[in-house]
Amino acid sequence: MTMETKKKVSNFFKYLILILVGCIMLYPLVWMVGASFKDNAEIFSSIGFIPKRPTLEGYKNAMKGYGGDINIWWSMLNTYKIVIPKVIFTVFSATIAAYGFARFKFIGHDFFFALLMSTLFLPNVVLNVPQFIMYTKWGWVDSPLYLPLIVSTLFAQDTYFVFMLIQFMRNIPKELDEAAKIDGCNMFQTLWLVLVPVLKPAMTSVALFQFMWSNNDFMGPLLYVSTPKRYPAAIFVKMSMDADTGFSWNRILALSLISIIPSLVIFFLAQDQFIDGVTAGSVKG
Amino acid sequence: MTETKNPGFFQSKFWRNNKGFVFIIPWLIGFCLFKAYPFLSSLVYSFADYELFKGISGWGLMNYKEIFETTKIKTAFFTTFKYAFMTVPLKLIFALFIAYILNFKIKGVKMFRTVYYIPSILGGSVAISVLWKAIFKDDGIINMFLGFFGVEGPHWLSNKSAALFIICLLRVWQFGSSMVIFLAALKGVSEDLYEAASLDGASKWRQFFSITVPLITPVIFYNLVTQLVQAFQEFNGPYIITQGGPRGAFKKYNMGLASAQAWVLFIILMIFTAILQWSQKHWVYYSDEEA
Repeated sequence: MTMETKKKVSNFFKYLILILVGCIMLYPLVWMVGASFKDNAEIFSSIGFIPKRPTLEGYKNAMKGYGGDINIWWSMLNTYKIVIPKVIFTVFSATIAAYGFARFKFIGHDFFFALLMSTLFLPNVVLNVPQFIMYTKWGWVDSPLYLPLIVSTLFAQDTYFVFMLIQFMRNIPKELDEAAKIDGCNMFQTLWLVLVPVLKPAMTSVALFQFMWSNNDFMGPLLYVSTPKRYPAAIFVKMSMDADTGFSWNRILALSLISIIPSLVIFFLAQDQFIDGVTAGSVKG
Repeated sequence: MTETKNPGFFQSKFWRNNKGFVFIIPWLIGFCLFKAYPFLSSLVYSFADYELFKGISGWGLMNYKEIFETTKIKTAFFTTFKYAFMTVPLKLIFALFIAYILNFKIKGVKMFRTVYYIPSILGGSVAISVLWKAIFKDDGIINMFLGFFGVEGPHWLSNKSAALFIICLLRVWQFGSSMVIFLAALKGVSEDLYEAASLDGASKWRQFFSITVPLITPVIFYNLVTQLVQAFQEFNGPYIITQGGPRGAFKKYNMGLASAQAWVLFIILMIFTAILQWSQKHWVYYSDEEA
């Protein structure tokens, strides 16, 4: 075999593997889309994804409420009542904390930084019980403002994001801060006028990840939201499934699909930001 | 900066050297309130006979005793380990493998990367757990597919080891985030090294294990630790697909037992991370160390 053919063969196998794996990755999602347009008799009668008798029955039924108090649209609205404040608060608080850690020395800096980093590996299970008791005492459980889910984001408690921003900030030359200082900026102005404009891509990454993760959060609302009309989509979809299993999978799959559409749209609009965000913490550090 | 009662303070050397502390105050308050306090009090609760609506009725080792004497709880822990030890290596090896292929001059890298990354974004959602249930139910599409070949598929959702398998699969399916990290690391390995190696006659395999892997060990380590921690925290998939997981005590409002379980899990996780940290010096190669 000449080098030329050898290369062609190896290339062929590379693409074959990539395409095959890609198909396996996407098949469940594609099947889900197809199944949501099938009637219930057809869904589990073939593994193909193109509906033979396309129907909107699943979607029509998906619009129906659950227990009268809530439907998919309300539950999605509830989701964003949680997600949007969380995103905004996280971006602000994490940027401020990251600025403090990345740009200043102060007494105990290294100690506090070690504390911060240790919380990166602190599993939430150890915190759940006392937090639940604490929020119960404060009367925050089932709060209409979703306080237990949101308030901690005001205090930069999602360590991963603080860490990500610190890593990004380390790559911004310190001379920029010095120049701002000489031009008469105080430390707040330096952050706001000089660093934030440069950090915007990183802050966008933070916002995007917080958006996705909060959207997917299930345990939080499971613990802290009990009134059906306040259910976010994650709980609503689960409840609908429990109430319906075995009868109308097209409805449940349609509901599930509707609930992830915003995430999908955001992902396609901003995929490069996601990639930059994931790699920031691990590679540059 | 002189508007306060103590005009000297903001000019003082102390302030100038420590003013950055101001920016970490919100984080510090949050840390005490939402991390440190719950962390320590769960340790205290783990020694208490504590039911949420009855309060604390005694102290002792009863929760830990219950954990080690109850087969169901022990099994739940054991399942968590099996889950972590199956998914973490599988996911990372697969992620590295695909990243390695993508790192050759592949046309449409961006498209492939997107396709592989989608499950990582959506995989944690309830919707995907629901989908998994639909795919693997007894008359779901997987068993139908197996049926074509005359194989009778297992009861994926009710058979314990089959259920563990599909939950692991759900996790491995989300290999995209690790892959993206590997891909970025691989891009950082200088081409010159490969050229030099191939001039010396090293095969592609040899190059992979003698150049690529050693140079990206810091990233392998990072992925290993973060994936391990995440695997121990996994909740949505197992809960929705099998209605299981080691969280029964929480549901029954037995706060003491739930805390003790969390602490046992935490300590085991700490031991594993400590071992990993310690092993680091034997296999993780940091380029700035040698200089």
